[in-house]
Amino acid sequence: VQEKEELIEEWQPEPLVPSVPKEHPALNYNIVSGPPTHIITVNGKKCVNFASFNFLGLLDNEKVKNAAQASLKKYGVGTCGPRGFYGTFDVHLELEERLAKFMRTEEAIIYSYGFATIASAIPAYSKRGDIVFVDEASCFAIQKGLQASRSNIKLFKHNDMADLERLLKDQETEDQKNPRKARVTRRFIVVEGLYMNTGDICPLPELIKLKYKYKVRIFLEESLSFGVLGEHGRGITEHFGINIDDIDLISANMENSLASIGGFCCGRSFIIDHQRLSGQGYCFSASLPPLLAAAAIEALNIMEDNPDIFQILRHKCERIHKALQGISGLKVVGESFSPTLHLQLEESCGSRENDVKLLKRVVDYCMNSGIALTQARYLDKEEKCLPAPSIRVVITVEQTEQELDKAASLLKEAAQSVLN
Amino acid sequence: QKNGISNGTLYKKTFIEHFEQAPMYVAVLTFLGFGVGTVFGYLRDFMRAWGLEKRNVATEREQQKDFVPLYQDFENFYTRNLYMRIRDNWNRPICSVPGPQFDLMERVTDDYNWTFRFTGRTIKNVINMGSYNYLGFAETDVNALKTVTRELQKYGTGICSTRQEMGTLDKHVELEQLVAKFLGVEDSMVFGMGFATNSMNIPALVGKGCLILSDELNHTSLVLGARLSGATIRIFKHNNMQSLEKLLREAIIYGQPRSRRAWRKIIILVEGIYSMEGSIVRLPEIVSLKKKYKAYLYLDEAHSIGAVGATGRGVVEYFGMSPDDVDVLMGTFTKSFGAAGGYIAGKKDLVDFLRTHSHSAVYATSMCPPVAEQIIRAMKCLMGLDGTTQGLQRVRQLGKNTRYFRRRLHEMGFIIYGNDDSPVVPLLLYMPGKIGAFARRMLEKNIGVVVVGFPATPITESRARFCVSAAHTREMLDTVLNALDELGDFLHLKYSRYSKSSHPELYEETRLELED
Repeated sequence: VQEKEELIEEWQPEPLVPSVPKEHPALNYNIVSGPPTHIITVNGKKCVNFASFNFLGLLDNEKVKNAAQASLKKYGVGTCGPRGFYGTFDVHLELEERLAKFMRTEEAIIYSYGFATIASAIPAYSKRGDIVFVDEASCFAIQKGLQASRSNIKLFKHNDMADLERLLKDQETEDQKNPRKARVTRRFIVVEGLYMNTGDICPLPELIKLKYKYKVRIFLEESLSFGVLGEHGRGITEHFGINIDDIDLISANMENSLASIGGFCCGRSFIIDHQRLSGQGYCFSASLPPLLAAAAIEALNIMEDNPDIFQILRHKCERIHKALQGISGLKVVGESFSPTLHLQLEESCGSRENDVKLLKRVVDYCMNSGIALTQARYLDKEEKCLPAPSIRVVITVEQTEQELDKAASLLKEAAQSVLN
Repeated sequence: QKNGISNGTLYKKTFIEHFEQAPMYVAVLTFLGFGVGTVFGYLRDFMRAWGLEKRNVATEREQQKDFVPLYQDFENFYTRNLYMRIRDNWNRPICSVPGPQFDLMERVTDDYNWTFRFTGRTIKNVINMGSYNYLGFAETDVNALKTVTRELQKYGTGICSTRQEMGTLDKHVELEQLVAKFLGVEDSMVFGMGFATNSMNIPALVGKGCLILSDELNHTSLVLGARLSGATIRIFKHNNMQSLEKLLREAIIYGQPRSRRAWRKIIILVEGIYSMEGSIVRLPEIVSLKKKYKAYLYLDEAHSIGAVGATGRGVVEYFGMSPDDVDVLMGTFTKSFGAAGGYIAGKKDLVDFLRTHSHSAVYATSMCPPVAEQIIRAMKCLMGLDGTTQGLQRVRQLGKNTRYFRRRLHEMGFIIYGNDDSPVVPLLLYMPGKIGAFARRMLEKNIGVVVVGFPATPITESRARFCVSAAHTREMLDTVLNALDELGDFLHLKYSRYSKSSHPELYEETRLELED
């Protein structure tokens, strides 16, 4: 007993949190005063906003604000309860119906936070023992959803269909050894429409072929491509002309194009209805504040009434993609029609820390001259496949041609002065 | 059994919690009820499989019929056969502000709850005993919402960026400083969703090689955060300090399971008020244990911030302790402040670490400005910074309403769980048949209640849960209590075996003398 008391006395835990150096970049973050719209005031300076994902410029739209005001007068701010306990408002039901109709699926379900959408959807279907094939460059929310599901994860190289087919074939040979187990193991492929980390799209037609050949279900994450790709903004399925019923689940967040907060999943009722009882972020969390739901409905109205903004956005993306080619020292990563591009260093200077510092100087140069940019942020130790440090350039419908040209020339100047 | 502690050194006032057990016949009848339901469930499944009964549930696509089935039949047995029968008591849509009274949309079903149809009528002025509106800040008064309206016009509704990129607005900085001042700590950080606050920050604080000691009845967000962190989890019995101390001693003496190395950190996860039981955490004892064994304490005050304590500052104030005793103070703004989102507060080192390493700061959108403004105005009102004493009045009114409601329910003979001071009041129903009957009949009397059954509660302890609000007037509470009295007699819900006072008026007068 004496020994035990001694052990208790001697044990010393680590400090609760390790101390963080004062120069850590995230501690000296940018403070925005006023609304983060097209002209943004960062740290006291007015700049043109090339850093917020406000693709369709709806953040500042009068109609959206008026709809939110009307909803504020009627419902107040919060919902004071989860969906199951008097937290379901008629605006939520209306938003779900409108989203399902817009995407031409049977049903849609809304979450109150974008990150929680895909992170709750995946564990609702895929449990311990199931197999998920996921792209290496998938975003952090997908990684957390996969971790919460405790399934077997198999990563395939980014956009490499041959690698995916090899993994599927390997799985097939495994199945033949144990057919009884194979009959109850569910399989899923999780891909993103437009990848946040690399700015390119997934080859959906080939994925559909693989789906029927190997009997795997597809979950598609469309946070960046909803409201961007496709003739009417319906996302990558419209872009490729694929029947939407071929995709089992489409999940997207409303925080980019719809300039609201939250996320949704849409698909057939057979699949979506299950999340109403087993989606953790849906059942155990308060529902979306009604003013945000009303703002999203109004934003959807605007998207439906003006289908030409998608073409305008694409045009601007292609313009700046061309203008940014050929900057010495920086290479452009991303498709020509993608509204978010990464600018990575052509040659790394040895360590990630130094790369980050160098890019920070480029960003500061641009900010001082009136263009607001940001570096893409990651959690270095937590990501499965950490992307290289880069500057994120976001194109929105509100930027004029002069501003696009100014941004391109400023980046050229900055690269010249900092990297040479 | 009543559980009164007057441990003079630790507790400044008596800590009374009730968890009365029902008589044995009730448990037997409950199991019988579930048994009958299960038998009929098998019968209906059989009839559906042989085409004798219509199939109402959605089915898989023709082209995908040879895929591995998405759901196992047995997983959904409970949902299909038992939950479906009383499904109309949940997900009831409302069309007004969730204040002390609200308007429900009338819903009917033609096929026994498989589908619902709205008749277009609304049921007006239903008394709301279900929403988490403890201080009554869910209101649409134009004066009260003046600043929120202004901020909405100025900032719009979205942010479109994460905290570390371009998403930190001056509003967030203002809010964080106010929260830190309110709680009496050095610094705080706010997040866009309460659930996500737990599931994204616990993994940042602990990792492999650490030990998490979590209460039996912790909320799903705490369990998810603990699982995602990769640390070892051990569970102690609900609010039971002997169980916790035993686990702490074992952990320090024996170390990690296989390697016998010392644990890197030990963290205790508890909640302020447990929402299904209505019990309050035994904070003084936990703090003394934590100091003795050098563990860290993470307190989730989702339901208790604003609702307990003399000025609404949560369980820390309720027990008269200092906020420095708790290492990580976490809470949500959904319940007492009528907004959305969560916060973590504590020492500056902790918050700086979270600003750099929290998953939410790097990958998730920040809180939207009108919601932040609502929290700022509610907090200023509570602190008295807006020049009125309205905040303090609300807290006192909530305390009065809570004590009155609980006392009357005890007198009537219902079994109520939880602490006498907690505004969450679970009333035990036990039998599955009574769940549906109770909720439907209360709605007929124009009162909206929340009922919960398996799997959110143990299988024999289904309950109705009332959330008392500061905005409820004495008349509303009396209406509800009279309805409960009638319904309790009709459904035989008065299981309590303790004798009650039969002269409530006299009782109230003497109580007034004893209160200060």
